Amino acid sequence: MITLDELLERDKKREEDGFKRKIRIGRIVKPGSGNKEKIIVVPTTVEEKFVHDDIVAEQEQGEAEPTGGTGEGQEGDVIGEQPVRPEEGEGEGEGEGEGPGEGKGGEHEIEANAYELGKVLSQDFELPNLKDKGKKKVLARYVYDLTDKNQGVGQVLDKKATLKKIVETNMSLGNIPDVSNIDTTGFIVSPRDLIYRILSREKEYESQALVFFLRDYSGSMGGKVTQTVVSQHVMLYSWLMYQYEKQVETRFVLHDTEAREVSDFQKYYSYKVAGGTKVYTAFKLVNDIVEKENLARDYNIYVFHGTDGDDWDKDGKQTLAEIEKMLTYAARIGITIVEHTYVGSKQTEVEKYIQSSGLLTSHHHLIKLDVMAENVDDSRIIQGIKTLIS
Amino acid sequence: MELVSQHVKGIMEECKIRARDAGLRFDDETLEYIVTNRDLIELSPKMMIPTLYDYWVHDVRVLSGKGMYEAYPSNPFETVINTRPAISYYNDNNPDWLNVMIFYHVLAHIDFFQNNMFYKNTWDIDLAGQALADKRLIARLRSEKGRWVDYVIEFARGMDNLAGFHRDLSRTLLQTGARKLTRTDFYFDVFLQKIISVPQHEYVKEISRYNECQKDNVDFFSQVTGKYPEFNELYRKETKKKSPFQMDIMEYILRYSPFLRKEENEWMTSVIHIVRSTSLYFQPQIRTKIMNEGWASFWHEKLFMADDRISGHETDYAKVNASVTAMPKVGLNPYALGMRLFEHIREMEDKGRYSFAYFLLRDAVLKEKYDQHKNTGQSFIFKVREDMDDFTFINHFLEQEFVDRHRLFVAGKRINNQNMTWQYYIKSKKADDYKQMVINTLYHPPDIRIDAEKTKDGILYLDHRFENKPLKSDFIENTMIGIEFLWGGPVHLETSEPKSATRLDPRYTNFWDPSAQGSLPEPPALPIEWKRVRYIIKDRKLHKQEL
Repeated sequence: MITLDELLERDKKREEDGFKRKIRIGRIVKPGSGNKEKIIVVPTTVEEKFVHDDIVAEQEQGEAEPTGGTGEGQEGDVIGEQPVRPEEGEGEGEGEGEGPGEGKGGEHEIEANAYELGKVLSQDFELPNLKDKGKKKVLARYVYDLTDKNQGVGQVLDKKATLKKIVETNMSLGNIPDVSNIDTTGFIVSPRDLIYRILSREKEYESQALVFFLRDYSGSMGGKVTQTVVSQHVMLYSWLMYQYEKQVETRFVLHDTEAREVSDFQKYYSYKVAGGTKVYTAFKLVNDIVEKENLARDYNIYVFHGTDGDDWDKDGKQTLAEIEKMLTYAARIGITIVEHTYVGSKQTEVEKYIQSSGLLTSHHHLIKLDVMAENVDDSRIIQGIKTLIS
Repeated sequence: MELVSQHVKGIMEECKIRARDAGLRFDDETLEYIVTNRDLIELSPKMMIPTLYDYWVHDVRVLSGKGMYEAYPSNPFETVINTRPAISYYNDNNPDWLNVMIFYHVLAHIDFFQNNMFYKNTWDIDLAGQALADKRLIARLRSEKGRWVDYVIEFARGMDNLAGFHRDLSRTLLQTGARKLTRTDFYFDVFLQKIISVPQHEYVKEISRYNECQKDNVDFFSQVTGKYPEFNELYRKETKKKSPFQMDIMEYILRYSPFLRKEENEWMTSVIHIVRSTSLYFQPQIRTKIMNEGWASFWHEKLFMADDRISGHETDYAKVNASVTAMPKVGLNPYALGMRLFEHIREMEDKGRYSFAYFLLRDAVLKEKYDQHKNTGQSFIFKVREDMDDFTFINHFLEQEFVDRHRLFVAGKRINNQNMTWQYYIKSKKADDYKQMVINTLYHPPDIRIDAEKTKDGILYLDHRFENKPLKSDFIENTMIGIEFLWGGPVHLETSEPKSATRLDPRYTNFWDPSAQGSLPEPPALPIEWKRVRYIIKDRKLHKQEL
């Protein structure tokens, strides 16, 4: 059976041949309570054909596609309701204040799969502006290097070490009677004399980091936009899991006209579209949390926000105020705007006010903005991550 | 993957005898395999045909299927493939009573495959063998041409849903019907009306002269050929004419593409042929899902209940059966709908209600009591399973009596601003609305044909016959790039799109929060106006023009 890596390798070749890439990295998130969610990395692809669009043209606003049903009742009767904003279930509370690093069970699986995705993402990223802060917990970062040596097999032949070994062997065999006049033609080379460098994992200790993920889930975020934002945040999250071995703490905030914190990534990932948009609420919530829990002292704080750029606060007065406050403690704010195709070449509100605020230049090492279209592919999304953490 | 045990095979053979007694018809030989869930995951992207050609999209599906299984383990009871002999797969060892139920279900599927007219073109093929030959050919080509084989497969699959399934089918059905154009038909239907266009009174006169000749045993045509010496020659030409079926896009490209006609590209035609025939092979299954599943559920229930081998397991059965055939409170279950519809049809026919007399009845009480004791329902549903597909089945038989009896309704879903909830409500209990809702879920590829007149100067011109459903715009570019590649020149596609002015994007309105500033009253819904547009692909660049 073909592996994910081989598939992606082959997909890369499409570009050489002048065709677009077709494979996207998909994720299946298995719901689990608390921190026990499981992300499974799978490739996905769509076979493009001429097909009818699903959109039912004459659909009324706020009305979803009808389906079948059975039972008693008259036309117009309401048979059931389902909250638009999902309620937090009984799992709430238990995750409070406790990073995902603390989770039990199920943990192994998320690691194994996040590893896959992390590998796909390449290892070039690292969190910027990490500073030494309180010693609550030490953050270990893993790097891979050809440092370990191994006899017989390995990735790269260490010629110097191998030569030494060969000389050593032949000395003990008595093939070198005179060290000042060595005749190498009589040497015997044992397979065990070959010394290789092998890839090994090295721990690098760094300070503690806390990452906030903020996502706009307002009514305007329907469809591809949400998919793209979520894709990017899943990748960021998986990469953090991979690179920092779950030692980065993560918090999740969703907002429409009000912001709320959810306890785990699965909820953050899966909650659907709800009401209007007030971007500042999310930033304000983060500021409040940081202040209340006095997090800035012990942590390097990273904030990633994904939105479609729509905001009822048109000139961004409130949002900018909150962002400025945040810049006093944050190590990096990364804002992703995913534009609907109907926006065209116009700037969205969020983009407009952030650009004109001058924050991007005055605090260029602390805040990054990335704007992309809703139908971008994975490589663009990864590019976006690079921008955000550059 | 291994054959079922002799004991289990014995159960199957007994099921066959009883199913035959009940009227089902199928070949003697069948093959039953036990497969692991892993096998099933690997088979399902290949539509369960182990010998289907290799293609990377299948690999992608297998990998994501494995992920899916990891998250949500589940296993189907059975899978049947339409080949000769029919092959069916089972997951591991079920208890005997459950096997009885599953086998009846499978036998009804096989009966459906082997008798429904829409499968006619699949009857003479040993699919597993054919697929194996195709697979080997593609593997050989791949060793020579590398990944370009996969591009050709991809581009051919990009239009395999436009293959002329119905045209191919009627070609077969008409041939076997062997209805040739007779001299008489030609004289009256074509020659008199279209070629020399006689006035009506002369036409009528000719008919009565024909009847006279028949009565007196006189050769009618001697006078015709005397009067029109060219008649015999014209008739000969007409019968030699090719059937008037229009070629579908794949056939057209195969026949006329200048690119494929180059010697170095000839191998591509076999790949396209394979993709086309594979698609055609699976189309009847897609087009008869409700019927096929309904028919199988109908028979497993009927036959199982009558089977003495299962006594003592009625409650176990009821539990499994209910999970398969219950009508959901909200949602659509093809097994359940099809099964109930077959039952309904049998009962209606038993009572003689498919009649003019019943149709004319307006009195509800009399309608309720109407029963002619015809008892022809059983043979009638056999006829239905032979001649119909999902569309005709639903369109013809889904009527108000059925909807009322099973208390069906169209369930709407709308947002409730006060509580911020999705509200499910009964949108309609009218049969027509329910029927339309079901029909909207059926497989229906767009009707896109070659415009032979506009296809010239190296341009392939596709015309989308618009049915008030626009094409999915994201897919247009890549699909057209593929067609351009195989055609070897620019491709034009004419289709319809909504005029943007008439379509207010619902995403912009603030109905989510009525208290918000600047929220407007909801604009009245305007009927959508459509405009024709032309997409042009040239050198892999897409352009759009309004017409």
